[in-house]
Amino acid sequence: MNKIPSALQLGIRRGGLEIRQFARQRESVVFTLLFPVILLAIFGSVFKDTIAPGVTFSQYFVAGMIASGLVNTGFQALAITIPMERDFGALKRLRGTPMPASSYFIGKAILIFASMVIQILLLLGFGVLFFGLEMPTDPGKWLTFTWLVLLGSACSTALGIAFSIVPKSGRGASAVVSPIVIILQFFSGVFFVFTQLPLWMQQVAAIFPLKWLTQGMRSVFLPDSFATQEVAKSWETERTAAILLVWLAIGIFFSVRKFKWDRD
Amino acid sequence: MSLIEVKGLKKSYGEVHAVRGLDLSIAQGEIFSLLGPNGAGKTTTVEILEGFRTRDAGSVSVLGFDPQTRGHESRIWRNRIGIVLQSSSDAGDLTVIETIKHFSGYYSNPRNVDEVIHSVGLKEKEGALIRNLSGGQRRRLDVALGIIGNPELLFLDEPTTGFDPEARRAFWALIQQLRTDGTSILLTTHYLDEAEALADRVAVINNGVIIEVSTPAELGGRATSQATVQWRDGDSIKSEKTDNPTALVSSLSSSFNGEIPELIVTRPSLEDIYLEMIGGANE
Repeated sequence: MNKIPSALQLGIRRGGLEIRQFARQRESVVFTLLFPVILLAIFGSVFKDTIAPGVTFSQYFVAGMIASGLVNTGFQALAITIPMERDFGALKRLRGTPMPASSYFIGKAILIFASMVIQILLLLGFGVLFFGLEMPTDPGKWLTFTWLVLLGSACSTALGIAFSIVPKSGRGASAVVSPIVIILQFFSGVFFVFTQLPLWMQQVAAIFPLKWLTQGMRSVFLPDSFATQEVAKSWETERTAAILLVWLAIGIFFSVRKFKWDRD
Repeated sequence: MSLIEVKGLKKSYGEVHAVRGLDLSIAQGEIFSLLGPNGAGKTTTVEILEGFRTRDAGSVSVLGFDPQTRGHESRIWRNRIGIVLQSSSDAGDLTVIETIKHFSGYYSNPRNVDEVIHSVGLKEKEGALIRNLSGGQRRRLDVALGIIGNPELLFLDEPTTGFDPEARRAFWALIQQLRTDGTSILLTTHYLDEAEALADRVAVINNGVIIEVSTPAELGGRATSQATVQWRDGDSIKSEKTDNPTALVSSLSSSFNGEIPELIVTRPSLEDIYLEMIGGANE
């Protein structure tokens, strides 16, 4: 008798399968990967001002788009598609096999991370070519960027899986999830300069990960001189990491404890 | 040793007592069929055996394991069983062979992917996307995914709903082949002819308890029940119920001087017996 494959092994295989499935859904590929680029094109064409010396709106906006891309691609997509998989009976079938839940979660995390990487490459390439986006030169900033993307997509994946228990059905999921994400985007300074928002909005946003991801991305793409214009007069890098880790832990806890494989 | 052993199983949903003290024992190597009307507790019972639901009371052993245990033990147990649920309709962006191959990776000793595709009759469709399969082909894919792990025990839930008669016969042959290969099967079905064709034993469940367990031929005293003899006498059709059909036929034969016009001798079908049992239990 051979041994059953390990959870990690199966998780990696599931990741490959998820990517293959995703790549065959042309609408969702276009929407997920190109939507941020389209938004950048619209906003970058409308707002041509600089918001601080040497900081164009595009530069500011790219930071916000990458951060909100993490939320859209992970949290929003999973919180909508997992209830649909549940409605289709796909999850119940998986549950009847020896594949553990952790493998399913790892597969989703791999899918989200892969599509984030492609999305970011497209966004940065497009920004540099058409909107004068300046890339950071400091290796330290690229290090920050790397852990922000890794931690951000892990956090977003875990919260998306956890939140998938909330919508009653796949059909209604979008109506429950999308407003939350859109409101968070406005509150978190993705579309507007964060410090110009009303104080109460800033305070609400500070509870959730998107604000911190956005601020973290600004620390990568904006000059350090801009840090003085943040609410705390600094990038608050450690606090960002801590808050994202707490949300990651919350996401994992509810995913593991409450995940629903079946309707009813 | 029995493969499945259930004693005093109980399960309620709020005020509704779906299963009320159910006992069941299924032997290794048999095809066992669970019959019962909707709402009888059939699905609840099977889902408890499959480890999808927890029970309120009673003991359950499936392959010597309590299905409601979680964790690594449960993975080892799931490695030994196969489940074919009622229709699942995945998004279908994968091909038949991709899906079966992927699922085979979940098990320690899977069957050969090609052989499984052959045995469910999907060879010509192996490169097709699942979304392009017909209902019957999809159902055969469901079965392929249920047996790919080379299970000792297979759960089949309404496997031939929506099949045309020809596909059904082919499917029955597949199930009989699986049993020959050593797989024990728990079949739930609404089709009495299916139970009769496949099952070694059937259990009738109603109102959350088992009313009777028997072979299909003997269920409800079917083998010893009165036969009906029917024939044409002049312009009218006559029929008579009797314990001794042979004697009746032979006396008719001598009175007709040989051939009896339009002679039919029947015993109640499994369906007749079943409906009588269910009706009786509901009164």
